[in-house]
Order: sequence, then C-alpha cells, then structure tokens
Amino acid sequence: MEWETVIGLEVHAQLKTRSKIFSGAPTAYGAAPNTQANVVDAAFPGVLPVLNGEAVRMAARFGLAVGATVHRRSVFARKNYFYPDLPKGYQISQYEHPIVERGRLVIATAAGEKVVGITRAHLEEDAGKSLHEDLGGFTGIDLNRAGTPLLEIVSEPDMRSAAEAVAYLKTLHTLVRYLDICDGNMQEGSFRCDANVSVRPLGETRLGTRAEIKNINSFRFVERAIDYEVRRQIALLSSGGQVRQETRLYDSVRDETRSMRSKEEANDYRYFPDPDLPTLVLTEDLLAEVKAAMPELPDAKRRRFCDQYGLSAYDAGVLTASRELARYYEDAVQAAGAEPKLVANWVTGELAARLNEDGLDIGGARVTAQALAGLVRRVADGTVSGKAAKDVFEAMWAGEGDADAVIAARGLRQISDDSAIEEVVRQVIAANPKQLAQYRAGEEKVFTFFVGQTMKASRGKANPAKVNEILRRLLAP
Amino acid sequence: MPHGLTSLNAEDIEKVAHLARLGLSGPERDAYAQDLSRILDLVSQMNAVPTDGVEPMTHPDEAGLRLRDDAVGNEIDRDRLLAVAPKTRDGLYLVPKVIE
Amino acid sequence: MTPTITKIAEDLAAGRCSSRELVDDALARIAAQAPLNAFVTVDPEAARRDADAADRARRAGAGGVLAGVPIAHKDIFCTAGVKTTCGSRMLADFVPPYDATVVGKMKAAGCVMVGKTNMDEFAMGSSNETSYFGPVRNPWDRDRVPGGSSGGSAAAVAARLVPAATGTDTGGSIRQPAALCGITGLKPSYGRVSRYGLIAFASSLDQAGPMAQTAEDCAHLLSAMAGFDERDATSLDVPVPDYAAGLGKDLKGLRIGVVKEHFAEGVEPGVLDALREALREYERLGARLVDVSLPNSAHAVPCYYVLAPAEASSNLARYDGVRYGFRAPDYQDLEDMYKKTRSQGFGPEVKRRIMIGTYALSAGYYDAYYVKALKLRRLIADDFARAFTQCDVLAGPASPSTAFALGAKNTDPVSMYLNDIFTIPVNLAGLPALSLPAGFAGGLPVGLQLIGRYLDEARLLNVAHRFQQATDWHARVPAGL
Repeated sequence: MEWETVIGLEVHAQLKTRSKIFSGAPTAYGAAPNTQANVVDAAFPGVLPVLNGEAVRMAARFGLAVGATVHRRSVFARKNYFYPDLPKGYQISQYEHPIVERGRLVIATAAGEKVVGITRAHLEEDAGKSLHEDLGGFTGIDLNRAGTPLLEIVSEPDMRSAAEAVAYLKTLHTLVRYLDICDGNMQEGSFRCDANVSVRPLGETRLGTRAEIKNINSFRFVERAIDYEVRRQIALLSSGGQVRQETRLYDSVRDETRSMRSKEEANDYRYFPDPDLPTLVLTEDLLAEVKAAMPELPDAKRRRFCDQYGLSAYDAGVLTASRELARYYEDAVQAAGAEPKLVANWVTGELAARLNEDGLDIGGARVTAQALAGLVRRVADGTVSGKAAKDVFEAMWAGEGDADAVIAARGLRQISDDSAIEEVVRQVIAANPKQLAQYRAGEEKVFTFFVGQTMKASRGKANPAKVNEILRRLLAP
Repeated sequence: MPHGLTSLNAEDIEKVAHLARLGLSGPERDAYAQDLSRILDLVSQMNAVPTDGVEPMTHPDEAGLRLRDDAVGNEIDRDRLLAVAPKTRDGLYLVPKVIE
Repeated sequence: MTPTITKIAEDLAAGRCSSRELVDDALARIAAQAPLNAFVTVDPEAARRDADAADRARRAGAGGVLAGVPIAHKDIFCTAGVKTTCGSRMLADFVPPYDATVVGKMKAAGCVMVGKTNMDEFAMGSSNETSYFGPVRNPWDRDRVPGGSSGGSAAAVAARLVPAATGTDTGGSIRQPAALCGITGLKPSYGRVSRYGLIAFASSLDQAGPMAQTAEDCAHLLSAMAGFDERDATSLDVPVPDYAAGLGKDLKGLRIGVVKEHFAEGVEPGVLDALREALREYERLGARLVDVSLPNSAHAVPCYYVLAPAEASSNLARYDGVRYGFRAPDYQDLEDMYKKTRSQGFGPEVKRRIMIGTYALSAGYYDAYYVKALKLRRLIADDFARAFTQCDVLAGPASPSTAFALGAKNTDPVSMYLNDIFTIPVNLAGLPALSLPAGFAGGLPVGLQLIGRYLDEARLLNVAHRFQQATDWHARVPAGL
C-alpha cells in the first residue's frame, strides 16, 4: 500500500523582548539560577501580571507578515496544571481567542512553491526549568525562563514530507528573524518545534491518528524524527496495529521517538479567561505603528535583489537568507559603487566559505562590507588579479589592513602596463626558441606554455588578459 | 447542567480532588460529596434564568487591557526570595525527584 | 475611648496628643481585648518606632490628616518583613519581601500599622470561623460572630482598639462584618484600589477598602488608598478625588432607590424595622425614595458560588509547597508532596471552594456552570444599570440578619453562603457600596447598605456622612470595653 504523510507543526518562538511578558524581570539567557525571576515570576502571594506591550506588537507584526487576521480583541486564559516549574499552577496563554488567526506561509519545495496554512499564533508565557542532575535525589527548579514571552505558531496539517516540514521551519525561522521578533537560536531553545505526524493510505481524505513529537531542536533532527516516526507508524499499520494518539519524545542519540508515559495521564486543563487580565484590545494606533515599522520581508527582498542587482534567483535566495547578510551585501554594493554581481560572488563565495570555516555568522565577519567593497573595486579596476585578490582577502581576514594596504605591503599590484609586459614577453620568447618554432608550426597548445612562463617571470603580477593579448601579437609569425 | 438534586459520588470527588491536588481521607471524601452536592443544587438554580444570546461578562472592566513598557525593573534579590522557600540548594528550589 | 480619625487629626495638629501616645494606647487596648482574637500579629516595636517617626515628621511640619494615625491591616495584605498569613496554616509563617500597594500608600500617608487582623482563611467565609488562628468574637456579644471575612478588622474598629482598619471585599467581606459590628465599611468600585500585594481570592471580584467609625474617616482613608498602580493591570488610571472635601452636600432631591427584593421575606423583622426607620431619616434629610427592582439579583448567590470558587481554585494553585509557605513534613514523591501539603495547609472551607471551582471548570461542565454564571453576571450588572436610571443610590440591608451565634451556621455551607445575598450582586457588577450603622435589633447592630454608580464613591460617602450627622448609631460603643 502507498502511504501519505501528514504533518502539522507547532513552533514556540521566544520573543526578543528585554523584559518578561508579565513582569519586569530580564530575559537574558544563561544567568545563574533564579537570578532573573522576580516575585511575579515566582508567583508570590498577591502579585499580579501586567502585559508587556512589546510582546503584543511583535505578535501583531508576525500576524501582518503572514497575511493573517490580527484580532482587535483577544483574551488571555489560564491553563491549569501542577508542575514544579510552573509557579502559579497555571500558564497564562491564549486559548479560545488568540491574537493571530488564519495566515499563510509560502515555502519552496522540490515540486515548486507551496502554501502552508497558519492556523493561529498566540501569546503565552514560558515555564521555568527542572534540573534533574544529581541534587541528592531531588529535582532543582530554576525559574529564570519562567515568564519569558513566547509566540506559539500553529500550522495547518499541510506538509506531506519531512523535507516540506523542514522547508516550512526554515522559512518561518528566516521570517521571525527578519521581523526581529525572535533570535532563532535553537540551541538555547528560542525556536522550538513540536511535530504532529500521521500517515494515511494515499487517496484517503480523513486524517490518521497522530502522534505529537516533542523536543526536536534542530532542522536536522526534525527531518530525522519525522522520518523515523513515519516509518514506525507505517510499520505499525501495515502489520495490522494501530497508532496511539500520544506524546512522543525524540531521542537524537538513538535517533528514535519514544512514548512519554509520564505525560499520558489525561489532562483537564480547565482553561478560563484570566481574571487578572481584561480583554486585550489592539487600537488602530498600535496597529498603524506596527505596520509602519514592518521591515521588508524575505520574499520581497529576494525579488528586489533579482530586479535591482541582476542576480540569479539562487544568489538572491542565498543573500536574503538573513536580514543581516542582505544588509551586508547591500552595504558592500553601495560602498563599491557598482559591480553588484561581482560583490555577490565574493559574498556567496570567499566570505561565506570563510565564515563557515570559522563557524561564524555574518555578524562575526572580520572583513566589513566597506572593506570587501574596497577589494572588489581593486579587482574590477584590474589592480589585482582574481587569484591574488583571494590572498588579499585572506590577509584582510587575518587583520593585515584594508585591500590597498595589503596589496601594497605584499606587492600584489598587477602589472597592466603594456610596455612592461611586452618587455617580459620578449624575454620569454627569446629564451624559448624551440617552443616558438613549435607554435609557429601550428602547435596551438604551446601557447599556454608561454602564458605560464610569462606569469612566472612576472611573479604572477602580470595582468593575464594583457599577457594573452601581447603574446598573441608577438608570437604571430 | 444537571437538574434538581445533584449527586456527586466518591469517585467524582476523588477525580476533582486529584485535579486540585488535594489528598482526602475516606470520611472527608464522603463529607465533600455531600457538601458539594448541596452547593451544586444551589448553583443549579441558575438554570431557571434563560440566558440565550447574553454576552458572558468575564470582568467588570471591559475597557481593555493596559500595556506595560518593555522595561527591566531592578528588583530581584534571589537570596530574599529563596529565604522563604521550604527547601533550596545552590540557588535552586528543591522538589522530590520528577521522573520525565 | 478611641476617637475618630477626624478628631485624632485635630488633636495631633493641635499638639494635644502624640502619635506615640495613640499607638501605646492602641497596643494596650489590643492586649486588654486579646480574647476578641481580632489580631493575628501585633508588632509593638515597629509601631512605636513608626509613631515616633511620625511625631518627628509632624514637628518638622510634615504630614497630612492620616499622619501618625494608628491603623491595622487585614492579614490578607502583604507587609514587607511582617508575617502575612491570610488566616491560613499555608502561610502561617510567611514573611513577604514586599508591601501591598495599599500598605505602601497608607505608609506614605503617615499611618502607623500596629498589627494585622484576623480573617477567614483566604477570605473565604462570612463569620471569621474559618481562620486557622481561631474565630474572632463580636464585641457586641462575644458568643456571636463578627461576620467575615474581614471580621478581625471589623471587631478591632468596633471595640475601638484602632480608629481604622483595612479590609477586602469579594462578596461582602467588608460590608457584612461592618454591619454586624456596627461600623462603617466601604467597598470601592472594582479597579479603584490596587490589588497588588492583596492575596487573591477571586481576582475579578476582590477589592480593598476602608473600615472605620464614620463615613468621613472612610473618606480620608479612601483618598489615601485609591489610585492608579502600574503593577495591577486592572487598576483604573483615573484621578482620585479628595473624598473628605466632597462631604457636606445636602441631600435635597437625592433619589434613593429602595430595592424591592431586598425588603422581603428572609430578612429578619428587626433588621427591616431599623432600615425602614433609617429610610425615613433620609426622607427627613430631603431625599426621595424610589421603588426599584433588581430581578436577577436573586440568582447572584448561585452565580457567585461558581465564579468565585472557579477563580479561587486557580489562584490558590500556587500554594504547592515549593517556593514559600507550608510544606508537609513527610511525603513519598512529588504528587504526594502536593497533595499532603495542600490538604494539610488548607482548611475545610478553602478545600470545599477549591473543589467546587475545579469541578465547575472541568471538562464537560465549563459551559453549564462557568459560562452560564458569566451570562448571569451580565444580567445582574444590567439590572443595576437600569436601576440607576431611576435613582442616584440604592439602599437596602447589608445582611439579612444581625450577628449570629458562633457555630450556628457551620454545619451547612449553603446557609452560610446565603448570608451574602445582598452584598454579592455588587461585587459581580463591580460597583461601590458601603455599610453604615443604622440602628439596632435585639441589641445588635444593623447595617444599611448603600450602593452607588461605578466610581461614584464620593456621592456614597456624602450620603452616609449626612446620615451620620443626623444620627448617632455610629457613635454607639459595645459595653464592657
């Protein structure tokens, strides 16, 4: 039997606010335990939540970016359950009336563009962390993360393969960083994903029973976890078994999903509107402010890069993968004054390779956009050869100064002066009468010998185009 | 909604008590079953009032939620907060081992 | 005898007494009346220190009406460095690191806190018998209850231990004990006074307010307590009038709505007699009585006993023995710790309400109970809006009876709940209301409830003040003090 995979994703994007969603405690990652949790986060008696306006603006920005309905009225609800890292005994979330509903995200798949529906996105607070390491048989509770603002983004079950799921996640990941609402750091848990996976016989329209896979915190693991889960479900169904609706945990070490028995107890969360927080009303002023601050989105930027700079769709895609990279590119083009394609080649070529090698993102580039532009200008005006320019770039990366300084210090200035090159060429021809004879007898391949000898004699500095031209002229019978 | 005499049995009570994380003894369960049934009888008098089309009123203040500026307040003193906790170590609250 | 704040302020200003003398006197009375059990905590050293500071400030020319006035706070308000129990074993040793906004504002106004008053556990009760620290006795008859949940505050003011105290009112917890103890107590409009640091019972209903001998004193206290607080999202950002300055307007042309349903069966005849006489007094003062109806308020008690427990079941989930408060001494595992901590830390009435609330919110019952109650709440609020098109204030009993005997209503929770039948609708609608002494029945005080339009506290206080200028019920004092 042929099977069809159906995937829906729930992403928790941590919003980049300075303070928490309902308290003035800071949201910085990695601080000593319980140093970023105040009396509100620790749910002391009598304290109250007050909503962070920036979290609301960020959620609205996201809603507008995915073409969703941004509701003028939305409601915070309490999700009640007991867990030691949930200090109030409830999580403040949005349930019946989320702030964002019915959006869409266009993703690139092997078969072309595909639209994935976004069911909803709602604001909620994060819980603290339970630490299970050796604490004398106890579990330790760190509330630093408690109250950190999250935007939970729920997709429709529109994806049909692990690859599509990854494409959706990457597109979403790019988008939230473009919108400057989430730093996207998956290791630190700023961008977390749960996957709802089911399979059904091809042609069936009803959904199969799904399993929810939690704890998948890299794009690679998303693909692997889904692939494993799909195989598991197909094997189960093929052998006459049934898929259980349950929560499963992805274990990246064993590359498998397994049932989370501790979560099996049927929960009754008793959602109800939080009486400490009246209805959230978005004013037209606030929405206008959010619209005015909306950055250029990845799609629009990609199209503009193709049109404005004459780039290929591929290069435009690479250069707009992040807002920072796109800005670097545009800064370099502006500083170079021209040559957008040449700049693109350098950014996607040497620069990208070097960043990758050093494990840096564009923010860590040791050659600024202006400095790179300086180098590109010297390549364009023939001051250095393309080959020498790569050495110049390496030297710049190593901190030896700007392009002109490196070229001067290392004597890499290209010889483009016709008479100087002609002088070298004449010496080379004179020193190789045998090869001259062969060439003149019609052995065309000897030409490259003369190019090599000339470059060698000029210690690589002769302009290769000029060398070719002059050799052709002087070798001619 | 159940009409007339509402009757909760010990099993209902146990389920609710578990959701609320209240440990009840056998006699307590029976007593609560009786009390809660009486209270629910009182509560079910609401049924006498037709409420079709009435907008639920969740809050006396329906003007809308006031928003806070995204500013960090300088108000955390971990030692003072942990000082009132029943059990701590190394800046962490301690609870019996949670099995994931 | 402890005078009113108005009198104290005059004496302090004229140098006829010092704050230190007032505080020493209050401390002595509290000690002498210990059997009333009105206080959970008394802090003599801090009180004397603060009184001395108030005296120094006054000599330096600083300080308003309340500067140096001894007061007590209901033990539901968090007080930095001072034990705050909420009448519960759960918080029997809890010392908060912060002041409630109300406490901070009273401090800023110069009030000197002498102690924290006893109360029903987590404010759940109408008799003060659910306190972990034992019942409070009514100074008018020590075998009777003072009402609840602010029973300690009411008894302390009635016994003239302090000139004033704070209270909170979720379904009548200021007005009913004020009525039963013969003092004046005001529940302001929802949002008028900050709830920050007030230990939550039912967040959409809770409101803090003053309890004192007179409406004039309540006016001074409310001016100090009220106002916007950025730490409470439900706090109203509207100006606070000088309530005391607004007193003294005459009542000619005032339309008093007499709630038909509140003068009916179920109210003790002696209470009705006293209230009818009070209404006649108002007519003599120039007010006109108008008959009004609140048809849905009969359903307020059922509605309230869904909404308040539902909110409470969630508000009290934080008491889990992890970060503060009581933790059961022996437990097997996490679940066991939760269950033992909560079943040992909470008393029977609190557990009962947590259970009711949990049930009403649980799957399958939410619409039938919770949503239904929210719709009724709307109808009840609409009744008030309609009534206020015909009148300026509403009048009726604060309680269907005078103070009842200790233990009389302990066996049946429902009979206890019905005590709040006249006060609860006001909380559901978020309106301001007060109870003022309006006579006696069988030697026990009777309270007249006045209900106002939203944010119309100034008018309520004036209407009560004029009555108190014409009568002396508020000045009567229990025997044997």
